[in-house]
Amino acid sequence: METLIVILIGILVAVATYLILSRNIIRVILGTAVLSHAVHLLILTMGDLKRGNVPLLKEADAPYTDALPQALILTAIVISFAVTAFILVLAYRAYQDIGTDDLDALRGTNDE
Amino acid sequence: MMNNIIVLPLIIPIMVGVFLVFLRPYVRVQRVISLLTMIGIAGISVYILNAIQQEGILRLDFGGWEPPFGILFVADSFAMLFVLTASIVTAICLIYAFSTIGEDHEKMFFYPFVLFLVAGVNGSFLTGDLFNLFVCFEVMLLASYVLITFGGKKAQLRESIKYVVINVLSSWFFLVALSYLYGTVGTLNMAHISERVAEAGQGPLLTTISILFLIVFSLKAGLLLFYWLPGSYSVPPTAIAALFGALLTKVGIYALFRTFTLIFYHEPAVTHTLIGIMAGITLIVGCIGAIAYKDVRIIASYNVVIAVGFILIGLAVATPVSIEGSIYYVIHDMIAKAMLFLLAGTMIVLTGKTKITEMSGLIRNYPIFGWMFFIVTCSLAGIPPLSGFVGKILVGQGAIESGSYVLLALAFISSIVVLYSLLRIFLNSIFGETIISPEDEVPLKAGMIIPIALLGVGTIFLGLGAEFLSGYVSNAAYTLSNPTVYIDAVLGGNK
Repeated sequence: METLIVILIGILVAVATYLILSRNIIRVILGTAVLSHAVHLLILTMGDLKRGNVPLLKEADAPYTDALPQALILTAIVISFAVTAFILVLAYRAYQDIGTDDLDALRGTNDE
Repeated sequence: MMNNIIVLPLIIPIMVGVFLVFLRPYVRVQRVISLLTMIGIAGISVYILNAIQQEGILRLDFGGWEPPFGILFVADSFAMLFVLTASIVTAICLIYAFSTIGEDHEKMFFYPFVLFLVAGVNGSFLTGDLFNLFVCFEVMLLASYVLITFGGKKAQLRESIKYVVINVLSSWFFLVALSYLYGTVGTLNMAHISERVAEAGQGPLLTTISILFLIVFSLKAGLLLFYWLPGSYSVPPTAIAALFGALLTKVGIYALFRTFTLIFYHEPAVTHTLIGIMAGITLIVGCIGAIAYKDVRIIASYNVVIAVGFILIGLAVATPVSIEGSIYYVIHDMIAKAMLFLLAGTMIVLTGKTKITEMSGLIRNYPIFGWMFFIVTCSLAGIPPLSGFVGKILVGQGAIESGSYVLLALAFISSIVVLYSLLRIFLNSIFGETIISPEDEVPLKAGMIIPIALLGVGTIFLGLGAEFLSGYVSNAAYTLSNPTVYIDAVLGGNK
């Protein structure tokens, strides 16, 4: 199970890297979103993938599930959601004002 | 419980910030409240700092979950010195913003976002939990994303996209590093991680993870990976640029010091050498940048980069003396960099030009302004009565003690380059024939010169009154050099 998930994470990172390296800004943003999914899966895998146990220390017998990775992922999801929302608005605003969504055209060093 | 006070530097700005959102049309009320808030936090920081000297490191376990299980705040002298300086600098930048940022910007929630930024910065300094550090980073970054686009000029939008994407990427690396670390040591409490790393020994795996953290924090601090910094720090309005220059890189520096003195201090041959090399290259490239450009804001931004390299030499060398020097220098740098950015922004307001070759003779029109620039030049170059001196001499002393002569040479050559880059502004723009005729003279508002003068007084006070601070700084350096002090304060009594 771990191996499968790790391969999945690898694919997600590869896709995200490809998207981020493209010139279109929407693709870059989608890339960061995919990237964050990859890391959420990584956190889950790092906390051991176990099934059928409860995350309670004293209520049940020995094998218990570590609930912390879920809590971490939840926090990370909320943050990446907020950041993605912000960056989409920013990209739209930049598109309105500058008139391009091509990162090469956004490079300019001239002062307006 | 008395320790509850250490959450105030985080909670007050957030609550006041939310409150100010509802006071949107009342600009004056917002100004007064936000300034009072920052002064209040500075006062609280002084109180906590003194309490630490008497009672040792304070900690607050949220929800009563004792470490290592819950999230906690830990206030030691190192963290509180940062919080205190950050609060003072923010208060002064706010005073500058009152008369320069413009009322329509103020109505677009400028003050709430500054307060959220401060909350994130203070939270990063105070937290004792690595994942909580990530969350505080994000609070700070999200506020900074908004502030950097404030006004929505084309250059700002362009630079802010790069700034946001690079920070999203570095946050991603942070999460990756965190998950590897959690998978390896099974805890996120910094003191507990430190203990477990010490027990297990810092093997190749942990050293690799530590390098991942080094990359993350270097991106935030502008150590070597600073290519985003000059562009994004030179576009926002002056008051915001000054806040960024003074605070944001310092959070990265704080995180580097914390992780590499508390957690990953077992393999200095790998990690600290790497930090030393990165600091050295940062100094060299920063120096080239500071000399190469003519735009006064970009020169100021490269000066930030040079300072980061200099401060991290203290960490690379890692003797108690050099760490003490770095702490002095960080405090000095927050004040002096804010002053430099405010001066640079004021020059642009006064002349309407950005290149130093296009301005001339400002001292004839604005004598006080010219003298303020002279003070900041001397201070950043480290000329004795001013604040840069103490830090530079201690970092140098540490470098000699440990025999890092290359870093020593780079550190002091960089001081000369800093002096040269600022003297270049001085000779081109401040001295010389005036280009502004008396009738065209833009009046230098009191609201602009007073905050600059306050920072000037701050740097003089820090230089002459270094003795006054030395107790706090040596306590901070002692905690950093002896990780067990921190660990005992957090885990002591309930292991």
